[in-house]
Amino acid sequence: MDDIPPYPPIDPTTFDLIVIGTGLPESIIAAAASTASKSVLHLDPNPFYGSHFSSLPLADLPSFLSSHSTSPSPPGSASSDEHHDFSLLDLSTRPLYSSIDISSFSPDLLDQYSRKFNLDVAGPRVFFCADKSIELILNTGANQYMEFKSIDATFVGDNKGNLLNVPDSRAAIFKDKSLGLMEKNLLMRFFKLVQGHFAGEQDVKISDEDLQSPFVDFLNKMGLPPKIKSFILYAIAMEDYDQEDTGVCGDLLKTKDGINQLALYNASIGRFQNASGALLYPIYGQGELSQAFCRRAAVKGCTYVLRMPVTALLVDKDTGCYKGVRLTSGQDIFSQKLILDPTFKVTLPSGSSPSPPLQAKFPFFSPKDDRGKIVRGICITKASLKPDMSNFLVVYPPRSMFPEQVTSIRLLQIASNLAVCPPGMFVLYISALCNDDDQGKKLIHAVMNTLLTVPPPINSESNASAQSETTESGKPTLLWSALYSQELTLGQVDFICSTPMPDGKLNYDDLIDATVKLFKEIYPEDEFFPQTSSENHEHDGDGDGDGDVSLET
Amino acid sequence: MHGRPRKAPKPEDEAASTAKAQKLRALQSQFFSFHHDKIYTKEAVELSAKLLEINPESYTAWNYRKLAVEHYLSQPECNPDSVKSVLDDELRVVESALRQNFKSYGAWHHRKWVLSKGHSSINHELRLLDKFQKADSRNFHAWNYRRFVAHLMNRSEHDELKYTEDMIYTNFSNYSAWHNRSVLLSALLEKKAEGFLLKENVLPEEYEFIHQAIFTDPDDQSGWFYNLWLLDQTVTTDSPLLVSTWPTHGSDVLILRDGCQNGSSFSPFTTLHSESGSFPIVLYFNQPVEGVNSSTVTIECGFNKNGYLLWEPLSVSNSQAAQVWVAHLKFPTSELDSSVEVSVGHSKGIISTRGFQYCHPSSFSFNVHVQPVEKDSFQVSVAESILWREENFKVYSAQSEESIPIATFDQLCIKDGHDSTASNWRTEALAKEVECFRELLSLMDCKIGKLTLARLLTAYDAMSFPFANKLVHSEEVLKLYNDLMKLDPTHHRYYKDEHSLVVLQKMTSSKESLLQHCFQYKDSVSSVIANPICLRLNNLSLSRIGAFEKLLWVQMLDLSHNELQSIEGLEAMQLLSCLGLGHNKLRSITALEPLRKLKSLRVLDISYNQIGDHSIDTTRYLCSSPLSHSVGSELNTDETVISDAALVNYWEAFYMFKDLKLNQLDIVGNTIADEKFKSALVKIMPTLKRLDDELLN
Repeated sequence: MDDIPPYPPIDPTTFDLIVIGTGLPESIIAAAASTASKSVLHLDPNPFYGSHFSSLPLADLPSFLSSHSTSPSPPGSASSDEHHDFSLLDLSTRPLYSSIDISSFSPDLLDQYSRKFNLDVAGPRVFFCADKSIELILNTGANQYMEFKSIDATFVGDNKGNLLNVPDSRAAIFKDKSLGLMEKNLLMRFFKLVQGHFAGEQDVKISDEDLQSPFVDFLNKMGLPPKIKSFILYAIAMEDYDQEDTGVCGDLLKTKDGINQLALYNASIGRFQNASGALLYPIYGQGELSQAFCRRAAVKGCTYVLRMPVTALLVDKDTGCYKGVRLTSGQDIFSQKLILDPTFKVTLPSGSSPSPPLQAKFPFFSPKDDRGKIVRGICITKASLKPDMSNFLVVYPPRSMFPEQVTSIRLLQIASNLAVCPPGMFVLYISALCNDDDQGKKLIHAVMNTLLTVPPPINSESNASAQSETTESGKPTLLWSALYSQELTLGQVDFICSTPMPDGKLNYDDLIDATVKLFKEIYPEDEFFPQTSSENHEHDGDGDGDGDVSLET
Repeated sequence: MHGRPRKAPKPEDEAASTAKAQKLRALQSQFFSFHHDKIYTKEAVELSAKLLEINPESYTAWNYRKLAVEHYLSQPECNPDSVKSVLDDELRVVESALRQNFKSYGAWHHRKWVLSKGHSSINHELRLLDKFQKADSRNFHAWNYRRFVAHLMNRSEHDELKYTEDMIYTNFSNYSAWHNRSVLLSALLEKKAEGFLLKENVLPEEYEFIHQAIFTDPDDQSGWFYNLWLLDQTVTTDSPLLVSTWPTHGSDVLILRDGCQNGSSFSPFTTLHSESGSFPIVLYFNQPVEGVNSSTVTIECGFNKNGYLLWEPLSVSNSQAAQVWVAHLKFPTSELDSSVEVSVGHSKGIISTRGFQYCHPSSFSFNVHVQPVEKDSFQVSVAESILWREENFKVYSAQSEESIPIATFDQLCIKDGHDSTASNWRTEALAKEVECFRELLSLMDCKIGKLTLARLLTAYDAMSFPFANKLVHSEEVLKLYNDLMKLDPTHHRYYKDEHSLVVLQKMTSSKESLLQHCFQYKDSVSSVIANPICLRLNNLSLSRIGAFEKLLWVQMLDLSHNELQSIEGLEAMQLLSCLGLGHNKLRSITALEPLRKLKSLRVLDISYNQIGDHSIDTTRYLCSSPLSHSVGSELNTDETVISDAALVNYWEAFYMFKDLKLNQLDIVGNTIADEKFKSALVKIMPTLKRLDDELLN
C-alpha cells in the first residue's frame, strides 16, 4: 500500500451523475445519462472494465473473486478529516462470492497462456438474436464496438453423458434423428400454434383461460410427451425451477410468459443471416458488452477514471442527503445523483446508529434481499465435449442428474474461435441456482463428473504432464476449474441507487429491464436512449445492412 | 425472391422509374443503330453492356453480344489470351445483369452460351451459384443452370446429391431442391451406379427421408410433391404390361353377319354383329406405348394367311402412342370355325413413352365362329329403335358356367414370370406407407394426407389384386374421397372423379358384382345389336368413367343419370354399338370426341345434357379443330359440305359426327338442339334414321 500511484486530480469537480463500478447496468446508465446530456463521471476501482460482468485473464480471475469474497476492513477511519458541511460515510464492499474453489491440474500449460484467456465472471451467458439486449445494442450503436458469433446448437443432457439435440426450429425438427415422426408432428404443430397465436390468426388463438394457466399444464393439454415438454420448458423457455413440482417452484411459469419465451426464441432464429441458431456470443467474451457501453458513454462525453477507489460518501449534515464522494486520492467530487455497484456498502460511523431520518433515507442498508444463490463453475479442457462442434449450450433439466435436483443446470462450451482461450482449448461455463453453496456445488460437480475426467490433484513434486486430452472413456480431461457461489442481490433505488447484480438468467433481459427502471427513477423526465436514426448507422461500412450486428462466419 | 411481400410503389419510386425509362430509351435507340449497322467496336459493345445492366430482359442486346463475340473470334489478330478476356467480359456482364434480376432468362442463356464456347472455370460457376442459391434457395433458374454446369464439368451425382441434401436440410420447403433430388436419383438409378443398383434399396430410404418433412410440416406442399414422385416410382413398372385384351384368352366368339339372329347357344357376352366383315382385336396396356405393328404383334389363324394386320393407336390426340391399340381382322364370308392366336412382344419394338421396352412376351388365343349369311332373315325395319326405358331391361341371370369376359392380367399367358417377386418390395413399400399415413391422420385432419392415403390404398389394391382377387380397401377409399369432398370443396370435382373411378373399379372387380349391373334388353327386335346384354351404370352419380380394361366386351352401355362431364377413355370400348348418355352434365359437342373412334356405334343418346348452355367450351381447346394442323387435311376433302353456311356454325358437330354411322340419335333437352341444329345433323349424318324419336326419310 506504500506504492500508491499518484492519482491525477479530476476536473471539473461537479457532475450531474457519478457512477461507481463499470458493470453492465452501470455502463448502460452512464451511456444513457450521457446521451441525455448529463455530465457523468464513471469510476471503477479496478484497472479493467466490467467489474462483475467482466471477462478476465486466467491469472486475474482467482484474485478478483477472492477480493470480493471477504469484507475488507474499512480503509482507515475517515472521520479524521471531518468536513464542516458534510459527514462522511465510509464505503466498503460486501462479500459477493463464497466457497471459491480453484483447482489447476496442468499449471505449466495454463501459466504459459494465462493472458490468452478471457473468462466471463458471470457465465454462462448468451444473447438471443431478438432479445432486449441485442435491441439495445443496435439502438444505441454499441454494435460498432462488438462482434458476435452464432452458438452452434443447444442440447439437453442426462446423467449418462448423452447430449440430445434440441429441435428448436422447423429445420431442426426435420433434421432431428432422435424424435419419432409423431413427436415431430406434435412439436411442430405446437410451434405453429404459438406462431399463429402471435400472428393474430383467429382460429388458432390460445384462450385467455389457457394463457393464465401454468405453462406445464398447457403443454400437457396439448398432449406433448415428457421429452418434448422438457425441451420446451428448460431448453427453449430456459426455465430454472422444476415446473412439475409446485413445492419447489412457488410461482409456476404461466402459459402467457412461456409462449412469450418461445416467441423470442423463434424470432431469434434466422434474424441475422449469418447466425444459424437463436443464440449469440460476443468475440472476446461477455466483458465486451460493458466495455461497448462505456465507449458509447465516452463518445457522449462521459469522463472515465479507472483504478480509482472511492472511500466515502459525502452526506449533508443536517438533511442526511447525498452530496458527493471522496476518492482515494482525497479529492471530493460532487454530484446530484449517484449510482453504486451493488457490492458497495455504506458503513455507518461506529457506535452510532443512523438517526431516524437517515434510516428512512437509506433503506438499502438493511440487508433485506436474500434471493438465494447461484453457483458458477468455469472449466478448461483441451477437447470438445462434442467432437466436431465448438460452441454450444447444454441444459440439464431438473431431476435429470439426480432426483433431488430442483433447478436446471446450464453449461456453455466456448471454443478458441471466440477468442476466449488459446487455440485448441475449450472453456465450459456451468451454473445452477441453489439455496446454499453445498447444494449448488453438488449440482456443478455432478455435471463435471458426468462429462469430464477429473484428474487426481497434482502432487507438487511430480510433474503431471503427458496427460492425454481425453481418457479412454472418451471424456475430455479437466485442466483447470473454478467453482464459486454468488449472492443474488437486486438493485435499490433511493437518492443513492445501486444497480442489479449479475442474475441467474442466461441472457441480460431482466437486468436490462431493471436498469431501465433505475434510469427512469433517477431521470423520470429523460428518455432512455431516444431513437436517433441518423447516428445509429453512421458506421456500417461492411454491407451488413442497417441495424445488423457484426457476425463472424 | 420468395417469401417477401410486395410493397406498393411510392411516388418517388415512380419518378425514379420514369427517369430510368428515359435513360433506357436513349440507350436503346443508340444500341439499335449500332446493331443495325453491325458495329462491334469497343464503345458499341460497352453500350450494350450498360443497357443490359439496367435491363437484363433485352434479348436483342444479348444476341448482339453473341454476334460481337463471334465477330471478334473471326478476326485474324485474336489469340487465346484475348479470347479469354473477351469471354471473361461476357461473364462479367451476365453476372451484373443477374444481380439486377436473377430470373432473367436471357442472361442465364447467355451464360450457358459463353460456357459452351469452352470457357470459364467451372469452380467459379459453382461459387457464383452458391451465392445465388443462398440468396434465393428455390430459384429454379439457378437450379437449372446448376444441372447444366454439373453436367458440363462431369461433377459426380453423389456430390450434387449431397449439395441438394444440404439445401433441403437448410429449408425443406424447396420444390427445386426436391426436384433436383428426384432428377439425380433417376440418373443414378438409370446408370445403376454403385449403391443405386436397385430401386428397392433406394426408395425405402427416400420414403424415410420425406416422412421427416411431411410429419414435421404436413402443410408444406413441396414434400408431398416428392412423396408423389416416390409413389409413382414405386407403382410404375418400367416396362409396359399388357393388362387386357378383346377377345379374351380362351373365349369363343360368335360373329353374326348383318341381320342374323342369334339362335345358337353361344354366350351373349361373346356374340357380336359385324356389317363390315371384320371384327376388332383390342390390346389394352397399362401405359401408353408405341410400336405396336404386325411385326411386334403376330397373329396366327386359318383365314388370315399373311398375318398382316393394321394396328391403330386409340388416342384422341393423334399421337403415335396409346394405351389401347386396335386392329380389325377380316374373316371370310363362308361359315368358319377357327382358332386365332395373338402373340405380343416376341420381337422387340413396343416401347413405353418413357422409353422402356415391352419385355413380357405373351400370347392369347380364342376361337371364332362365323355364322353363314341367311339372306331370307335379312330384314331391317326402319321403325325399330332402342328405348332406354326401365321396363325394357330385365335382370340378367347368367348360366352358371358362362364365362364373362372380364379379362385380367392373370388370364394372359405370360412367359416370363419373374415380375411377381420383383413386385414384392413394391407391395411392401406401399403397405408401409399406408401404415405411416394412417398414423399421420390419427394425429390430425389433413387433406393431402387423406388424398395420399386414398391413392396409396388404391395403388395397393391394384397391385395385390391379381393375387387377392378383390379390392380390399375400396370402402375405405370411397369414404376418404367422401370426406375430402366435404373438407375441400374447391377440389370437389377432382375428388368426385377419383371417387367415380373407385366405384367402377369395385364394380368390375368380380364377376358377381359386375353381373348385378348386367341386364337383358328385352325389346330385342332390333337388328342393330346381336348382344342383348346391356351394362347399366346409370344413376350412380359418376362424374368420370374408367375400368375400361374390364369393359372391352360391352356392346350396349347405359350411363344415363350420372354427372359425367367427360367420357375420356371411352374410345377403348370398340364393340360399343348402343350408348346411353342421357341426363348427364356434358357441356359441349367436343366433349364427345372419344366417340369418333367407335366405328360400331349406331345408337347414341345424349339427351338432357348441358350442351350449348355455356358459351365457353372448356374442352374445345383440347379437341382437334380446323384451326389445328392435325385435322386440317381431313376437313379439306369435305369442302363442299363445309361450304354449307349452316354447317360452318356447327363445325364441332360436323367434325364429331361425320364419320359416325349413327342410326339413332337423341339430343333433345340440350340448349343447342334447335331445329337448325337438327337439320344440320341430318345433313352431316346421312345414315341417321331416327332423331329424337322422329323417323327420318
